[in-house]
Amino acid sequence: MVFEKIREIIAEQTGKDEEEITLDTNVKDDLDADSLDLFQIINDIEDEFDISVEDPEAIVTVKDIVDFVESHKN
Amino acid sequence: MTTRIIATGAYAPVQVITNDDMANVVDTSDEWITQRTGIKERHISSGENTSALAVNTARQLLERAGRKAGDIDLIIVATVTADYSTPSVGCIVQKELGASNAVAFDVTAACSGFMFALSIADKYIKAGMYNNAIVIGAETLSKIVDWSDRSTCVLFGDGAGGAYVEKSETYGIIEEEIGSKGELYDILTGGYTDCANIFNGKEKEDSLWYVNMNGREVFKFATKSVVKSVERVLSGAGVAAEDIKYVIPHQANTRIVDIISNKLRIPHEKFYMNIDRYGNTSSASIPIALNELNEKGLIERGDKVLLTGFGGGMTWGTMLVSW
Repeated sequence: MVFEKIREIIAEQTGKDEEEITLDTNVKDDLDADSLDLFQIINDIEDEFDISVEDPEAIVTVKDIVDFVESHKN
Repeated sequence: MTTRIIATGAYAPVQVITNDDMANVVDTSDEWITQRTGIKERHISSGENTSALAVNTARQLLERAGRKAGDIDLIIVATVTADYSTPSVGCIVQKELGASNAVAFDVTAACSGFMFALSIADKYIKAGMYNNAIVIGAETLSKIVDWSDRSTCVLFGDGAGGAYVEKSETYGIIEEEIGSKGELYDILTGGYTDCANIFNGKEKEDSLWYVNMNGREVFKFATKSVVKSVERVLSGAGVAAEDIKYVIPHQANTRIVDIISNKLRIPHEKFYMNIDRYGNTSSASIPIALNELNEKGLIERGDKVLLTGFGGGMTWGTMLVSW
C-alpha cells in the first residue's frame, strides 16, 4: 500500500511509467531525477503520509523511501 | 481609496555573465545551470553599487510618471545589499534626485522586499499621510555571493526595479498579504557580521558573510508558502485564478515556479518569467519583471495582475492589483 502510493508520486514527478519503478530503483540514477525532483518527491511524500524527512541525502532507492515511511508514519 | 502603480522602471549593470562564463569560474556547465534553474545569464556589476542602480531606476520612474523630484512624498528602497549600514540607500536616492520634500528609508525582507516596501507605501497612502511614493528593489548580490561555491554563485544577479505609486480612487491594489516565519531564519542567510571588537579579542570571520542556503528547506518553503499565500489573497478578493492576466513571481528558479503553477492550476504561460536573463536579483526581481511586462505593453488598464515573492527571513508577500 505504501509502496503503491510512493510509486505513484515518483511516477508523477519524474514522468516515468509506474511499471518502471520497483523497490530496487535508484531514484537519481535510474529515473534521471535531479536534486529538485527528489525535493519535490519528498515534499509530496511528507504531505501524503504526514511525516518529516530530515535527511534527504539518505534516500537512494525507492526501498529507502518505503522503509522510512513505514517506520515513521502513525 | 487605494494605491495605484502609475509608472515602472528598471536598471541593470551593463556587464552580462553567461553560464559559460560561470563555467570558467567554478566547476559547472550551461546544461547543469539551465536544467536546474532556468538561468542562462545574469548582470554583474563592474563597480556600480546598489545605490547607483536604485538612482537610475528612480530617475526613470520620475520621467515616466511625469513628476518632479520635489513632488515626491516617500522613497522606500528594499535591499539586502545596501552600500552602507548607514545611510540608507533611500537617503542616497533622495539626494541624487533632489527629492527634498520626501522621507526616505530602506526595508529588509530579502526576495520579498519589494512586496513589503509596496505594502508599507500603500499603508502610508491609505492613512492619508502621503499621496505618492517611489518604491524600489535594488541589489548587488555579487558582493555577498561566494564565488567559489558553485551551488549558490550561479543563481544570483545584480539589478534594480521599481514603481512610482499614487493615491487612487479607481484602479490599484485590491488585496494583499505579507508574512514571515522567523523560526526558519537560518535556512537562508547572508551578510552576517561577527560582533568583534577590541575588548573581546574576537576576529571577524567571513564565512557567514556570504549567501548560505539550505536548498531543500528553501525549496520546501517556497513551493508551499507561495501557493497558500496566493490562495488566501485570491479568496480574500473573491477573484478566480482564471481572471488573472499575469502572475509575476519572484524569479528564483524556473522549476520552483513550475511547481507553484501546477499546484495553483494557473497555466505556466500566465507566469511572466525573465530569470533566463537576470538570475535571481532578490528584491529587484519582481519589479524588473513587472517593468518588462509593462514595457512590452502586455498589460492594460483594469487587467488583474498578481505579484508574489518569497525569500530570506523567511518571508513572503502577495499582492493582487488592478492595473
